[in-house]
Amino acid sequence: MPILWLRVALACYAVGLLYALLALTRTSSLLNRVALPAMSLGMVFQFVSLSEAVLLSGQLTLSSVHNSESLLALVVMAAFMVVYLVYRTTSPGIVVFPLVFVLTFVAATTQQPFLEVSPVMRRGWLFAHIAMIFIGYAALFLSFAASLLYLLQERSLKSKKPAAILQRLPALEVIDQIGYRSLLLGFPFMTLGLVAGSIVAQATYGRLDFLDPKIFLSLLMWAVYMVIVFTRWNAGWRGRRAAYLATGAMIAAVIAWSANYYSTIHRFVQS
Amino acid sequence: MKFQLIGVNHRTAPVEVRERLAIPESQLPEALRHLAGHPGVDEGIILSTCNRVEVLAQTKNGTVDLRAFLRDYFQLNPSDYEPHLYEYSESDAVRHLFRVTSSLDSMVVGEPQILGQVKEAYASARAVGAVHSHLDLLLTRAFAVAKRVRTETAVGSSAVSVASVAVELAKKIFGSLQGKHVYLVGAGKMSELAARHLIAHGAESIFVANRTYDRAEQMAARFGGKAILFEQLYETCDRADIVITSTGAPHAIFRREHGELFLARRKNRPMFFIDIAVPRDVDPEMNRLDGIFVYDIDDLQQAVSSHVADRRKEAERAEAIITVEVERFQVRLQTLDVVPTIVSLQDHLETIRQAEIDRVRGRLGALSPEQELAVDALTRGIISKIMHTPISTLKTAVREAEATTVVDVVRRLFDLHDTSPQEKELQGRRKEDKKAAKLGGGESGAET
Repeated sequence: MPILWLRVALACYAVGLLYALLALTRTSSLLNRVALPAMSLGMVFQFVSLSEAVLLSGQLTLSSVHNSESLLALVVMAAFMVVYLVYRTTSPGIVVFPLVFVLTFVAATTQQPFLEVSPVMRRGWLFAHIAMIFIGYAALFLSFAASLLYLLQERSLKSKKPAAILQRLPALEVIDQIGYRSLLLGFPFMTLGLVAGSIVAQATYGRLDFLDPKIFLSLLMWAVYMVIVFTRWNAGWRGRRAAYLATGAMIAAVIAWSANYYSTIHRFVQS
Repeated sequence: MKFQLIGVNHRTAPVEVRERLAIPESQLPEALRHLAGHPGVDEGIILSTCNRVEVLAQTKNGTVDLRAFLRDYFQLNPSDYEPHLYEYSESDAVRHLFRVTSSLDSMVVGEPQILGQVKEAYASARAVGAVHSHLDLLLTRAFAVAKRVRTETAVGSSAVSVASVAVELAKKIFGSLQGKHVYLVGAGKMSELAARHLIAHGAESIFVANRTYDRAEQMAARFGGKAILFEQLYETCDRADIVITSTGAPHAIFRREHGELFLARRKNRPMFFIDIAVPRDVDPEMNRLDGIFVYDIDDLQQAVSSHVADRRKEAERAEAIITVEVERFQVRLQTLDVVPTIVSLQDHLETIRQAEIDRVRGRLGALSPEQELAVDALTRGIISKIMHTPISTLKTAVREAEATTVVDVVRRLFDLHDTSPQEKELQGRRKEDKKAAKLGGGESGAET
């Protein structure tokens, strides 16, 4: 059943994907009206799917890589919704919706059997690690989305020929604020998430192997994250330079995520 | 009767030509009198704004040489401005006037000022008596058309003037203008207007820097702002989020290095430069800096027109309204032409009828009121039956090209000469006299 609900959610997210793809070429008032309700509905189905998975596997910490991708999609969507509620803009959806779709798509097409969590894993710490890291990821991603929108809006303003499609983007300072606030909010989560992760790892393996790809990349991502926060806070970097940094952090995050498949200590399959 | 229009506007003539042809308000009455006195001109009106100078005349018969009027009045070298002139007559002139009044011909399509300017021109022309009948009708119609265009289309609905476009751009950059600081460099009228708009939308404080400190103080006082010595411009300018420049300086005041300095002091918070000075006060290089947005007067106007281009459909709808209205007005004009004919025709027949009744009354003897009514109804009935077709033909002929010929034929057939009310009165008296002569033996015949 979880996979069925997930596929229904995927269908809903497809509307958002369409919205995002068309947003840059032309405006469709129908899609504008439909996108947000469809995405909300998708969230509901995804939530149902994840809850069922938890009930079926009997554990709160999701133990398959695809389940966690689905969870990440849901967290990103939730972050998007928070932004929507505060700023009343769906524009970050242009970047957020495709990612949510891709994550859900991967989760919905291949499903692995549930795995038993190794007994040595501390469930509480593990849960804290996952929850906080995911919020950190979502915030980072939103900030990345905002910096892309910032570039779009900045270019449109500099070109002095504001395109009709971009008319609905929020004001430059609003976009900037969305990016900066999610960055600031995400940073402590990311930091604490990494701390929780290292506690779990230490408890499990007795030591931290800094050369393990997962740990190395996670630290790299965290470092880039910190550089963005610092330059933004200290020198007010935004626009192009902030977008480069955010892109760097995103690439590091994606690699760190994919390291799940290579790392010897951070994996979902028991070794 | 004929409408003729001649003029220059922002598209056909550069500002050097327009400013030489412009007629200041104080000299307008004199110019209008001059126009009304020009041979062949019956009525006239002159519209002179910063974007156009137009002369519209209603001629008595045939065409009038309006170029000769311009030569006479301005005493300029004709070759300086004549290549820029456009001329319209009849329905084209009507259409042009409707388009101008509806702000479709404006530099900023849909801007509302033009209607007021045409109204002022109309008031001046009326005041000196240059406009009384047909032009009056035309102008009144033009105002109605402008109103219709404004209510039925979105042409004039949103940000169209340069100042409001500046506000809209500022909002695109800053979101809300609440708490934003505006810096005026140079105390011109245009920058004052822009500042007023920005403040109306929530911008907070105003700084004014001007080469003459007194003027800066005056302007600052008007906004409750702060005057700043021009020498302190660069030290203080980074406090502003929005800078409006309008000085008469021959070279750029703000260059790239200033922009870099401001950004560093502002921690890269964005700045919006609105440069309405010609020559420009802000080096275009500044626009290359991340976080600095420079719009000069041409950019603003371009933004205005791209705004309007988005609403090209609305402009098309407005043009359609104009077309309909021009046709309607033409019909109305021609009906005006035929109405006096119909009226005098009816008067003519009524006189005949009355005369005939009076003539036979004696022979009929005393009539009862019913019989009186019957005779009246009978004679009226005959006349209206006979005249029904000719009159409706006259009315429908109006819509066709041969209107004037039909009208002429009718006038000649029935020997109708009266055109003006005075003449009608005269003729009426003449007829009465004739009547009296027939009845009474001609004692008053000598008067005719």
